[in-house]
Amino acid sequence: MKTQQRTWTIAFGAALVLATIGFGVTANNFLLQAGTTLAMYVALAYAWNIVGGYMGYPSFGTAAFFGFGCYAGAIAQNAGAPMWLAWPAAALGGAIFSAVLGRILLGMRGHYFAIGTIAVVEVMREVSNNWEALTAGATGLNLPIVAGSPREVGMLFFFVMTAFAGFALLLTLLIARSKFGFGLRCIKQNEQAASMVGIGVLRYKVAAFVVSCALMSATGAIYASMVAFINPDDAFNILMSISVPVIVTLGGAGLVLGPLVGAVIYMVLDNFVWINFINYHSAVLGVIIIAVIYFIPQGVVREFVKRGSVLLRRDTAKAA
Amino acid sequence: MLAQYIINGLLIGSLYACLAVGFSLVWGVLNIINMLHGAFVVLGAYIVIFGVQSFGGSPILWTGAACVVLFAIGYVIQLGLINKVVAAPIFITFTLTFGMDLLAQNLMINVFTATPRSLTIGYGSLQIAGLSLSVARLIAMGFALLLTGLLYWLLKHSSIGRAIVAVRMDRHAATLLGLDVPRIYAVTFGIGALMAAAGGGAMAMAFPITPVLDGTFLGKAFVICVLGGLGSVPGALIGGLVLGLLESFGAVTLGSQWSATVGFVIMLAILVFRPAGIAGRSGFE
Repeated sequence: MKTQQRTWTIAFGAALVLATIGFGVTANNFLLQAGTTLAMYVALAYAWNIVGGYMGYPSFGTAAFFGFGCYAGAIAQNAGAPMWLAWPAAALGGAIFSAVLGRILLGMRGHYFAIGTIAVVEVMREVSNNWEALTAGATGLNLPIVAGSPREVGMLFFFVMTAFAGFALLLTLLIARSKFGFGLRCIKQNEQAASMVGIGVLRYKVAAFVVSCALMSATGAIYASMVAFINPDDAFNILMSISVPVIVTLGGAGLVLGPLVGAVIYMVLDNFVWINFINYHSAVLGVIIIAVIYFIPQGVVREFVKRGSVLLRRDTAKAA
Repeated sequence: MLAQYIINGLLIGSLYACLAVGFSLVWGVLNIINMLHGAFVVLGAYIVIFGVQSFGGSPILWTGAACVVLFAIGYVIQLGLINKVVAAPIFITFTLTFGMDLLAQNLMINVFTATPRSLTIGYGSLQIAGLSLSVARLIAMGFALLLTGLLYWLLKHSSIGRAIVAVRMDRHAATLLGLDVPRIYAVTFGIGALMAAAGGGAMAMAFPITPVLDGTFLGKAFVICVLGGLGSVPGALIGGLVLGLLESFGAVTLGSQWSATVGFVIMLAILVFRPAGIAGRSGFE
């Protein structure tokens, strides 16, 4: 059973990689762009899932760390760093920033944690709006444009973003199966009990927060290099702070496959809405959120598994 | 000059108190963060602006109408939608009301457009002892304080108010006493929306309003709740006045572009050191 499962996982992974490469080489510019955005949300959803899913802390701070990464990468690149260096630098910056902030935020629980993380997004946006010497304020920052035809550049960023999303997926797989991931799930169940059985609760929480935020920052830095222009409203957009948790919930929080499935469904819906109801974009997002909360709060993956096992049971009943 | 800043701070602070007190009540009693609250404030303000501009009459009269409408909306939303998930983990209620806020804000932008609108009330301003006081803002302040006081009285002395307080203290005991808790929740949420409309009406008398202000109003409500502690009317009043003063002085010392940030930073500091707020006892989680 175990080896069979592993074979399936590897086959699934290989199919995913092949499909991605095939898509990247053949797709037109519009689809390539959509695929890159999808990969970006997959990466962010995996990052959020570590804190929001496994550890059970409802963070609405995604935009703060994504935006931090945008600006860290942009500032590094404008100072002369090549983008290959600017991305890890942004991840490192995000890790340090979140290590400091995590100690403050993770002392709060429940509503206060949620509000605290939103406040961080607001403060970051105001700081980037007003600290003109560093961020050029509301005018925004231009980044060096990557040389090459639009198609080449599009393909480059598609592969970079999907590779990074794949990295976030593998990291999640690793965490989910490690003692660290077990500890995070314990913290989600009962923090005091986790502390009593010898889990260093604060250390675990900060570590998970740092990993999650570093991934978000790196995603932001890649995004900034791709669009070559960022401003505070774009980098610290509160809609991102809500859509990423909704993606994870839609797929299934605390599952390895949840963020991927959620992001695919969400982006298909989102593109459909953009094309057909552009004036009602955030309204439709609101309706999607409400529908997810009422009808699939456990996520599509769990629903699927539940229905699937019902089917299996029928089969075995027939066989018997 | 100092006196002028204090007056400005108290004027805006009493409006803040009025728009936050309903949010605080809902948080304290229902244990949910109502992300829709900012949209309620905006809707209240727009009912007043459009009422006065289309049909005439006093803004205070129209604020009364806005209060009735918003109470009904709040009551129905809670009874029909939120009550079904009110006991769910906070992530669920938080995300749900966030989704409702996106929906409400988008609809309001499409209906009202994003252009700032304001009531043109030509009351002028008073000069007292070298201080300049806008009469419209004074009226708004008095009105906001009056309504906040009314809510305080309602919670203290009316039977529905006592029922709300009972549910806040112990939901299970309240059920045993025969209180219809889902209905009390709906009334509480309705009152929250009503106070948002009152705050919105008072805001419309003093400042221009646009639909995208919902997030700003919501942010003020967060900060005030944390400053003043949860679920109590005096707490919201203190929180509102303190925030008004902080912003007024923040604008003077750091420049007006930082005034909103000052509130959030102080809120974060308080969350770390005094999670129950300045005036609060141990709050609800």
